[in-house]
Amino acid sequence: MSAQLSETLSRFFIGGVTVSFFAALAEILRPKSFAGLFGAAPSIALATLGLTISSHGSQYAAAEARSMIFGAVAFLCYAAATTWLLRRYKPPALAATVSLIPIWFAVSLALWLAIR
Amino acid sequence: MLVHARFSAIKGIKPHEWIIRFVFGGAVCALAGLIAQHYGPVVGGFFLAFPAIFPAGASLIEAHEKQHKARAGYDGTNRGRSVAAIDAYGAAMGCIALAAFALVFWIWLPRTSPWVVFPLATLVWLTAAIGLWLLRKKRVLLH
Repeated sequence: MSAQLSETLSRFFIGGVTVSFFAALAEILRPKSFAGLFGAAPSIALATLGLTISSHGSQYAAAEARSMIFGAVAFLCYAAATTWLLRRYKPPALAATVSLIPIWFAVSLALWLAIR
Repeated sequence: MLVHARFSAIKGIKPHEWIIRFVFGGAVCALAGLIAQHYGPVVGGFFLAFPAIFPAGASLIEAHEKQHKARAGYDGTNRGRSVAAIDAYGAAMGCIALAAFALVFWIWLPRTSPWVVFPLATLVWLTAAIGLWLLRKKRVLLH
């Protein structure tokens, strides 16, 4: 098995477990406004940064973390738009959350163009 | 309302809902790694804050709230969507804490051991998230 495939599989399983753990936390915690904080938990980062540090070093992982700050800003815009849409028009949650994903890509792209 | 845990809610999660979360979470983590390998850490880093599990989580929250109301004999459609909106508002606040987590990694990782940075960043994230929630609860933040 190649090293790249092995790393990808490790990321998949560690990521799946970490994201499921934070999702379970979000499910059991009340009130829901507090549980929602875990919807933006650093689950992907916690799952993958350790592997990134071991395979590429700390400088590489720090560069990823810098971009992650901008990704979090894009997530904020996306979550704020989702909140507004769900409150204003009350569409099905899945339709609202999936249809607004392009906001994350658009804000991320704009920020990437600004920082590169 | 005080923060508390309702462990019985775990029983309400169906096996396929666990599988959806596991597969989506795992796929995004694997994808973030592949994107970083092909396009470099600057592009790959954005995907560490990708709302991977958020749509599935919001729709499951809506469905659970709807079922909860249906058991009491009510149509919980609007209630389910309102609760999903509350969850999204919480996630928006959580994004500020997520950025704080990444900031700690960016600043401290090149000069400190990862064994220090991981717990420090997690602590900063948790403190920022709880602090923002408390500010909102005291109506210091608009909502």
